[in-house]
Amino acid sequence: MKQNIINKIWDHHVVQNKPGFPTTLYIDRILLHEVTSAQAFAELKKRNIPIRNKDHLLATIDHSIPTDKNRAVIADEIARTQVDTLRRNCQETGVTIYDIESSHQGIVHVVGPELGFTLPGTTIICGDSHTSTHGAFGALAFGVGTSEITHAMASSCILQSKPKTFKVEFTGKPSKYFTAKDAILKLISVIGIGGGQGCVIEYVGEYIRELSMEGRMTICNMSIECGARAGLVAPDATTFAYLEGREYAPKGAAWEKAKTEWLKLVSDADADYDQSITIDLTDAAPMLTWGINPEHAIAINETVPGLDSGSDKSTLEKAYAYTGLHAGQNLAGISVDYVFVGSCTNGRIEDLRAVASILDGRKVAPHVTMYIVPGSEQVLAQAKAEGLDKIFAAAGADFRMPGCSMCLAMNPDKVPEGKRCVSTSNRNFIGRQGPNSITHLASPQTAAASAVLGYVASEGDL
Amino acid sequence: MEKFDTFNSKVIPVDLDNVDTDMIIPAQHLKSVSKEGFGEHLFSNLRQMYPDFILNRPEYSTGQILLSKSNFGCGSSREHAAWAIQQYGIKAVVCSSFGDIFFNNSAKNGLLLITLPEETINKWLALSLADSTLTMNINLEHQTISFAGETFSFNYDEFRKHCLLKGLDDLDYLLSQTADISAYESTRSI
Repeated sequence: MKQNIINKIWDHHVVQNKPGFPTTLYIDRILLHEVTSAQAFAELKKRNIPIRNKDHLLATIDHSIPTDKNRAVIADEIARTQVDTLRRNCQETGVTIYDIESSHQGIVHVVGPELGFTLPGTTIICGDSHTSTHGAFGALAFGVGTSEITHAMASSCILQSKPKTFKVEFTGKPSKYFTAKDAILKLISVIGIGGGQGCVIEYVGEYIRELSMEGRMTICNMSIECGARAGLVAPDATTFAYLEGREYAPKGAAWEKAKTEWLKLVSDADADYDQSITIDLTDAAPMLTWGINPEHAIAINETVPGLDSGSDKSTLEKAYAYTGLHAGQNLAGISVDYVFVGSCTNGRIEDLRAVASILDGRKVAPHVTMYIVPGSEQVLAQAKAEGLDKIFAAAGADFRMPGCSMCLAMNPDKVPEGKRCVSTSNRNFIGRQGPNSITHLASPQTAAASAVLGYVASEGDL
Repeated sequence: MEKFDTFNSKVIPVDLDNVDTDMIIPAQHLKSVSKEGFGEHLFSNLRQMYPDFILNRPEYSTGQILLSKSNFGCGSSREHAAWAIQQYGIKAVVCSSFGDIFFNNSAKNGLLLITLPEETINKWLALSLADSTLTMNINLEHQTISFAGETFSFNYDEFRKHCLLKGLDDLDYLLSQTADISAYESTRSI
């Protein structure tokens, strides 16, 4: 039978499949962070159940920590308890943790790939919906709640229903300043934030094949924003070139053997999918969100849509009121207060290089506060080695320490009330970056250009 | 886990599509290391921003059934959303569709999610918004839901129903498969 890659990986991980029961699915990798793991460790301790495979686990600290130079000191007592609890849990159980000062701390979805812990053909879970990021390597990776983390820690398995499969093909050659972030925003704007519900997406097409691993991660990362459980890209030479030599990647003969296996991880020609769509990117322009969820995305040369645009009307009305924008308005030219470059969507070295190339020899507009937050200590070290930190400093941007930072308003980095932020993160929900803050999601390039000009603009406007 | 019984309750109508888990429980309330204390923060940002938000209206705020539209629980994977809804006192959420992760998280905590056709949801939302005293009846064993003189049967996963009715937990079920898991592991190379 002709199979797609999603079903191949799924079938390979089925431990038990009894009629009338959910599938018992084997989980190869469990990533942990401080926010969604404490209750899992506590449950296992309470029930006196050991961790089945410790080497399947890897922990780091990202959501709750500050990103200033003095980040070891966490002023918020509850956040400090949360971080200390993860440290203690890892110490007591022998789970590997990459703490601050470890040179590998960072956002869990940046750290997993850069350590080579994320590998093609594996199943990966984490208590974070952006676990879909790891699908860029041809892994079946998805976010789960704390209960399923507990289950996987105890049994290396979770109970799942088989997902539907969804083929998304990007065709055509976009305009010069169009990036992977723009491609995923365009998809979400077309299919809506529930458009991928119940599905795992496979991204295909020339555009995907030519993307770097960073670009593929940006796309897979935001699969959840159209409601998909996961998104993935079949592994190829680009995947292998990224992984070779990384800490947890196989070495020597094992590497050659693994590559042979991974090359089989492609969808058969004419494989069936439950759904498919083609997104034509010909001459497409950079995208931004204008409203209060990621489906409210438009090209920078388009205007804010009206009530008849097909989105839920009551949500559109809330969006106009919340963002202070009205139907027919241009986004380009709207004054910006904050710019945030970072997050598991766009906090990688390639993103920082793109921002540096724009900021080099330019200044951030005086009324704009710009945060540039590397996704990990490795990204930070690389940026420094390339002198990007000096470019950021000279431009007047605040180059900070690794963490989730301003993406989700649960650490000290927040967009103040009433302020407007162009952000490279993944959600523009009401209050996401701080109570009553306004978020416009965009690529690092668009964020940097907006920082320099002080208003919403794309790189082409410089 | 608490057993699920048939019950009658007033309804909390949340007339929105795509209610995300950031709305249900904003990130600033996720710092606890226990599973308790989330109920009081249910929809806290919306309650602060919109004085007429449904949970701020005493005639609705004591309902044990939440009624909303499509893609409820989309976004962040935080299981705290299911915990917050339950700890507030809500036993069931009735919508036209749910976000996948939220759907799984709810089942694992004994929060009953019922999917009904969009048309019915819209009609019931309007009725409930017009009259806060109307009550809904849910019978899980017979898989029926009744409101304003109408009764529908709803689909429910047999395994989930079994777990909810007996108060059983997924982990016990998984651990009963240890021999199969070991056999599977012996065939793997990664």
